[in-house]
Amino acid sequence: MIEVSNLHKSFGKVKAVDGVSFAARDGEITGLLGPNGAGKTTTLRMLYTLMTPDQGTVRVDGIDAASDPLAVRRRLGVLPDARGLYKRLTARENIAYFGRLQGLDESTIRARSDAAIQALEMEDIADRRTEGFSQGQRVKTAIARALVHDPKNVILDEPTNGLDVMATRAMRTFMHRLKDEGRCVLFSSHIMQEVAALCDRIVVIAHGRVVADESPAQLLAQTGKASLEDAFVEIIGSEEGLAA
Amino acid sequence: MKSAFTVFWKEIRENLRDRRTVLNTLLTGPLFAPLVFALVINAAVTRQLDKAEKPLEVPVVGAEHAPNLIDALKQQNVVVKDAPADPERAVREQEADLVLRIPGDYGDAWRKGEPAQVELIYDASQRDAQGSVTRLQRALEGYGQRTGALRLLARGIAPDLIRPLVVASRDQSTAQNRSGTLFGMLPYFFILGGFIGGMALAIDTTAGERERQSLEPLFANPVARGSLLAGKLGATSAFAFVTVVLSIVAFSIVGHFLPTEKLGMSLELGLRFGALTLFVMLPLVFLLATLQTLAAAFAKSFREAQTYLSLLMFVPVIPTMLLSVFPVKVQTWMYAVPVMGQQVAITRFLRGDLVTPSQLGLCFAATAAAALVVYLITARIYESERLAISG
Repeated sequence: MIEVSNLHKSFGKVKAVDGVSFAARDGEITGLLGPNGAGKTTTLRMLYTLMTPDQGTVRVDGIDAASDPLAVRRRLGVLPDARGLYKRLTARENIAYFGRLQGLDESTIRARSDAAIQALEMEDIADRRTEGFSQGQRVKTAIARALVHDPKNVILDEPTNGLDVMATRAMRTFMHRLKDEGRCVLFSSHIMQEVAALCDRIVVIAHGRVVADESPAQLLAQTGKASLEDAFVEIIGSEEGLAA
Repeated sequence: MKSAFTVFWKEIRENLRDRRTVLNTLLTGPLFAPLVFALVINAAVTRQLDKAEKPLEVPVVGAEHAPNLIDALKQQNVVVKDAPADPERAVREQEADLVLRIPGDYGDAWRKGEPAQVELIYDASQRDAQGSVTRLQRALEGYGQRTGALRLLARGIAPDLIRPLVVASRDQSTAQNRSGTLFGMLPYFFILGGFIGGMALAIDTTAGERERQSLEPLFANPVARGSLLAGKLGATSAFAFVTVVLSIVAFSIVGHFLPTEKLGMSLELGLRFGALTLFVMLPLVFLLATLQTLAAAFAKSFREAQTYLSLLMFVPVIPTMLLSVFPVKVQTWMYAVPVMGQQVAITRFLRGDLVTPSQLGLCFAATAAAALVVYLITARIYESERLAISG
């Protein structure tokens, strides 16, 4: 469970995030939708305590991120916008490194790595050095690494960015699986189709503010539009920065 | 603490797999400098010895005017050669080191007992020719003095009468002192070794990690940034330390092959020297690694970091240059200045001079304190929000 209330963050004079509030519940997929530059990545960065909000609070499973950032990070699995791997280490070693930093013991790390490698269908690349991995292989490794500590809450920043059709499908299946396991899944996207296909709940962000927080069906009802695409355009006020 | 070790071992393992880093920091860095140094010293020493022992070849113009002088020179191991057509030009163009010219009126002046003139044509700016010029001058003066003494004796006067003063030189330098001057540059090689050894990792673990976009995921782990920094600094220092150890070992081995005893020098390159040098270098290695990490943390990219660190590399050169340009007397405060303290101490170890335990302690403590200050600054930088954001 991730609760965000009244987050503010400015860089100089630019207000990147200007009063964002929403909640992402366990057993649901929550999509953070907005055009490029709407403040999605900055909002997520404050959730996983990389940045400190100027104002407002973040709570993960009831823990305040400002007072106990380490406990919050322990409960989060994060796939950030930056997802670089260590190219001189194998995929398995990359996963194990993060496992150790999460404080897991070696046998747990091995068991979790095996499970993740199987779930993400990456047996063939697990013991190869990650140098020269395709975009899809890199994302798979980065996800396995982010989830090695079996977190209750999962944050994915544009998880399908740069993936081909097959890899995108695999990613969506995987997210459904995380939801079915009862986790709280929060992901950002600027692709409407993706959000529509996956989400139980859609949080639309534009210009650093939440402009809608509904289920897809409610969104259609509220705007009176026939398609989600038209509904988004209506809500955001322009088509700028959105991809179909 | 456990996380710091995790980071430490991962950085070590990852960088050991980078062949270029391993070659540069563990092989080329420590071995290149001593080998080049040994070659240069060896060549210099051998050339000096050659010049002192080899027959001195002297082109002579008008040798036929002074057969006795020529005979006397031949006894002094001088080989008389035919002179070039234009001696002045030949010396200017470095075709000959020196030319001796005996004018036609030499014989007349000699027989009349007047000072007979010979001309020595050389170029004082050619340092290479200096040894030959000095040797020929000595040989000529010796011949003149012997002849003068014989003339006085023939007139019943004791030759000592025209030598009212005799200077006896008493050189107080010991064999080890003399090698110390020759090896004044050695501490710089150790310091530079530590610098080069840590460079690849200092960049790779900060600017490199950010450029590869792996710093942000790393910071998402439940580990305090201070622990991450400690692990990274540890790995950087470890590489630098290994480079320094290898440099010392390499020098100890190479030093034995240097023909220093031919110059009447002896080097103190034993276990004691190694241990003391390591002791004073230990805090310096950490200081340099922390400085490098600090500089690299400011850089936006790998390249920028390389530029910063190349500039930073000149900092340890400054005391070395100052000490060689202004060879001041060693004073205790010098031990308290990082880099300069090591420079002074290692030079003294090498010369076999005494460094008191309190001076050693001062050197270690002052450098360690400086390292701690830089570490605290770096730790603050590491806490900053902007550090993780790539691009």
